[in-house]
Amino acid sequence: MAKRIEVSDLNIYYDKFLAVQGVSMTIEPRAVTALIGPSGCGKSTFLRSLNRMHELVPKARVEGKIAMDGQDLYGPNVDPVVVRRHIGMVFQRPNPFPTMSIYDNVAAGLRLNATRMKRAELDDLVERALRAANLWQEVSDRLNKPGSGLSGGQQQRLCIARAIAVQPDVLLMDEPCSALDPISTQKIEDLINELKTEYTIVIVTHNMQQAARVSDTTGFFNLKGVGEAGQLVELDETTKIFSTPTNQATEDYISGRFG
Amino acid sequence: MPLSERNRPRAQVRERPGDRIFSGLSTGAGVLILVVLASVASFLLIEAWPAFMAPPEDIPGGEGLVVYIWPLLFGTLLSAVLALLVAAPLAVAIALFITHYAPRRTAQGLGYVIDLLAAVPSIIYGLWGIAVLAPATVSSTEWLSKYLGFIPLFAGPPSSTGRTMLLAIIVLAVMVLPIITAVVREAFLQTPRLHEEASLALGATRWEMVKMTVFPFGRSAIVGASMLGLGRALGETMAVAIVLSVSGGVTFNLISSGNPSTIAANIALDFPESSGLAVNALIASGLVLFAVTLVVNMIARAVINRRREFSGAN
Ligand SMILES: Nc1ncnc2c1ncn2[C@@H]1O[C@H](COP(=O)(O)OP(=O)(O)OP(=O)(O)O)[C@@H](O)[C@H]1O
Ligand SMILES: [Mg+2]
Repeated sequence: MAKRIEVSDLNIYYDKFLAVQGVSMTIEPRAVTALIGPSGCGKSTFLRSLNRMHELVPKARVEGKIAMDGQDLYGPNVDPVVVRRHIGMVFQRPNPFPTMSIYDNVAAGLRLNATRMKRAELDDLVERALRAANLWQEVSDRLNKPGSGLSGGQQQRLCIARAIAVQPDVLLMDEPCSALDPISTQKIEDLINELKTEYTIVIVTHNMQQAARVSDTTGFFNLKGVGEAGQLVELDETTKIFSTPTNQATEDYISGRFG
Repeated sequence: MPLSERNRPRAQVRERPGDRIFSGLSTGAGVLILVVLASVASFLLIEAWPAFMAPPEDIPGGEGLVVYIWPLLFGTLLSAVLALLVAAPLAVAIALFITHYAPRRTAQGLGYVIDLLAAVPSIIYGLWGIAVLAPATVSSTEWLSKYLGFIPLFAGPPSSTGRTMLLAIIVLAVMVLPIITAVVREAFLQTPRLHEEASLALGATRWEMVKMTVFPFGRSAIVGASMLGLGRALGETMAVAIVLSVSGGVTFNLISSGNPSTIAANIALDFPESSGLAVNALIASGLVLFAVTLVVNMIARAVINRRREFSGAN
């Protein structure tokens, strides 16, 4: 299930603008990798290139290589739709489908894989995903109500349930807690801790404590200079990054001296 | 004491002149619309009343009001509903192409052309229908009656002039296409990027993304736009009056030369030469048209409201 991702010499462009330059890193399976860095340094851009969402922006492209368990994600015969089925994503703002019930939201990805599923089987997978997202108890009696009627934190867990229902190999999260209150944030962080036993998780966060709490590995992104490309400055075990970083910029950033 | 205290801020808000003027204006506009609607309805009722009361033999046709109006109502509904069935799917497809498939340049050009089409007066469509389209449809109606004649719609015998119900339907469909497309396109453009991305990130293909987010989100707009189109097709007068060769009678046969007229076209064609009870009978048919369009609008509202909870508005 969980897979290792290897990124080598990745350059990411928006048309002619080089947004991220020269990223090489290994993302370990069954672990949480946190990406931190000042605003605009390309964390989201990098994250979205991992599941080929980046190319949805007109004229956006990447150079370099991203491989998942050895298979090139940008290879000539690779369908981006298939890549996205294997690499799920949770967004900054909770975005359950407003036209669908809670049940249908979780089942949405399952129904995509065209193969007709028996109702009982679908029920089972939906329940399992909701349980895994620690949401089952709160919504089991209103599965047919719209997902948009839930609280922000519940909606975000619903989105996580939706993403893991299709049993992806990797889960990408772009500031999943930035729109949530501390209690909901706590619940999501607990959830991330449980999910990492099964998935490869990459999380972007602006919250340093959060990175320290949930991740095993932390990568620090920074801009090369004003108006220049973002780059991966340092990648190491989280405990190391937050105690004895090698790079001066990393130390400045985590100690709150800039950014 | 506490009561008057609580009332004070409210009273202050009331006194802002801008608020007073605006609330007065909007209330006035609301009342005015009701007054106009009521006066139109009562005009129709009063003027139609003699036709309801008259003995059947005095109504044009000599067989009473129901026999007089029914074929017109039938022709109206048949042409408008079939025109909508042709136009609505096409309009949705065009709107989808413009918003989600076409390259930006093409989309802009196409959108512009559609907007222009909406501004063409209906008389022009009528002229185009009779001068260009009518002769052009003759051979295809012959083909239809020969090979698909077993379907009652194409029973024939085909008209030699091409001035058939089918032609009226095509002209009406072309006329309502731009309005429906324009409204649906606006709605499709509003689909939140957030939800489109959510479905794509789940591994949806572009078409699956459209089915999951764009269609459900635009659903009430599609219904609303269709009803708008239906309303226009029901009331369309000149294009039908020019294009359709009329003989009265109720038939589903779309390609013969004997067609029912429509209420609006019939009023336009007969009103100038009518007098006495014939005028009352025409107005009675107008009353029926008025009622039908009201019902169409009410159904549209009901459909739009039914799943409001899921509409994405919350
Ligand atoms: N759709 C886009 N088109 C063009 N440029 C973009 C687009 N999205 C982002 N960029 C640019 O790419 C760079 C990186 O942006 P990105 O959103 O990846 O930063 P980020 O690290 O996620 O910032 P934040 O922490 O604020 O979310 C920025 O300079 C941004 O202006
Ligand atoms: Mg970002």
